[in-house]
Amino acid sequence: MTNESKGWDRNQMAARAAEELEDGMYVNLGIGIPTLVANYVGDKDITLQSENGMLGMGPFPFEGDEDPDLINAGKQTITELSRTSYFDSAMSFGMIRGGKIAAAILGAMEVAENGDLANWMIPGKLVKGMGGAMDLVAGVGRVVVVMDHTNKHGESKVLKACTLPLTGKNVVHRIITNLGVLDVVEGGLKIVETADGVTETELRAATEATIV
Amino acid sequence: MNKIYPNAKAALDGVLFDGMFIASGGFGLCGIPELLLQAIKEAGTKELTFASNNAGIDDFGIGILLQTKQVKKMISSYVGENAEFMRQYLSGELELEFNPQGTLAERMRAGGSGIPGFYTKTGVGTLIAEGKEHKDFDGQTYILERGLVADLAIVKAWKADDTGNVVFRKTSRNFNPPAAMCGKICVVEVEEIVPRGSLEPDSIHLPGIYVHRIIEGKHENRIEHRTTRKREEV
Repeated sequence: MTNESKGWDRNQMAARAAEELEDGMYVNLGIGIPTLVANYVGDKDITLQSENGMLGMGPFPFEGDEDPDLINAGKQTITELSRTSYFDSAMSFGMIRGGKIAAAILGAMEVAENGDLANWMIPGKLVKGMGGAMDLVAGVGRVVVVMDHTNKHGESKVLKACTLPLTGKNVVHRIITNLGVLDVVEGGLKIVETADGVTETELRAATEATIV
Repeated sequence: MNKIYPNAKAALDGVLFDGMFIASGGFGLCGIPELLLQAIKEAGTKELTFASNNAGIDDFGIGILLQTKQVKKMISSYVGENAEFMRQYLSGELELEFNPQGTLAERMRAGGSGIPGFYTKTGVGTLIAEGKEHKDFDGQTYILERGLVADLAIVKAWKADDTGNVVFRKTSRNFNPPAAMCGKICVVEVEEIVPRGSLEPDSIHLPGIYVHRIIEGKHENRIEHRTTRKREEV
């Protein structure tokens, strides 16, 4: 059994990430698995920010109701809620940079034990840009990374030091992978919990970073 | 003073020149000044530098100016979805300066507000910080980013009155107000010009002081990724 198929699946990772969110939080969700987190917030009073200029992001529209003036940061058509507000990009990143957004849940290519995050660029490959990722990790209150624990070659993505160009330095607080939950602490990473069916030994074996 | 022009070509008359720096509103294909971009294409102005969050797609937005090789440099945060852009960039025909999205928006806002530079934590410890002044404030390290002042700002809005007071619609506001602010001249294209007094003064998103020329026109407002849910799901 490979590490990718072991432990939590995408939806279970998203459900675990949703447990990070508390009533009243303003939150920014990245593209990919983080987007699924919205499906698991339950009764909690969470306001989702879309960094292109919206608080109170609603679900996809019904067929035929798509509005070209209403999209999320992934450029997908969405809807508004009764709580929604709109603003320009400077104010949007003012609230991000200013620490008003309580948490960002983001995907990653690599995370290091000191909280370094790489998720925007692979040298030699097509570089599309960092979008708002550098602003988010530098500005929000808490950065939670959700990703597969290993890459498709079975190599750990949870490293002693990132090999790819960084999105931010010392910015990640918590890492949620298919194998479990790890916190960035003094001297390395601390295991918070292991995923269903995963032992601590297996989690340690799949992790290159120092576990304290 | 009349700010209303009959069409995009007339509104850009006398303001375009080769090698100029243009700030454009828009996020993806949402809220982009599609009529003004088309008119710049038809004017054939060359060696353009654009500050714009994205570069459009091959046949829409700034993409149409890449097809005609009118763009020298892009200052953007994300340039996926555009094959011609990548071809020109990889062959060295096109210069690209990546800015984090919030840094780009703030550079426009600052430049338009008389602020030549500002310090930000965004990008500290990354490639973006290389060659930039670093300074510590209260135990945290920041980098200096410069305000942008453009020769021309091109903006898409929903409604304007004849004095240039503007309102935007939903997330099409995005980079349009900061882009408008940083332009020495700002040309706005709207879906509707409305009579003076019909916009609520408390609800103006961009005051007319920032707007020099206005055109009204029909917009395609293309959708980049159409995502929906089925009614049965509810």
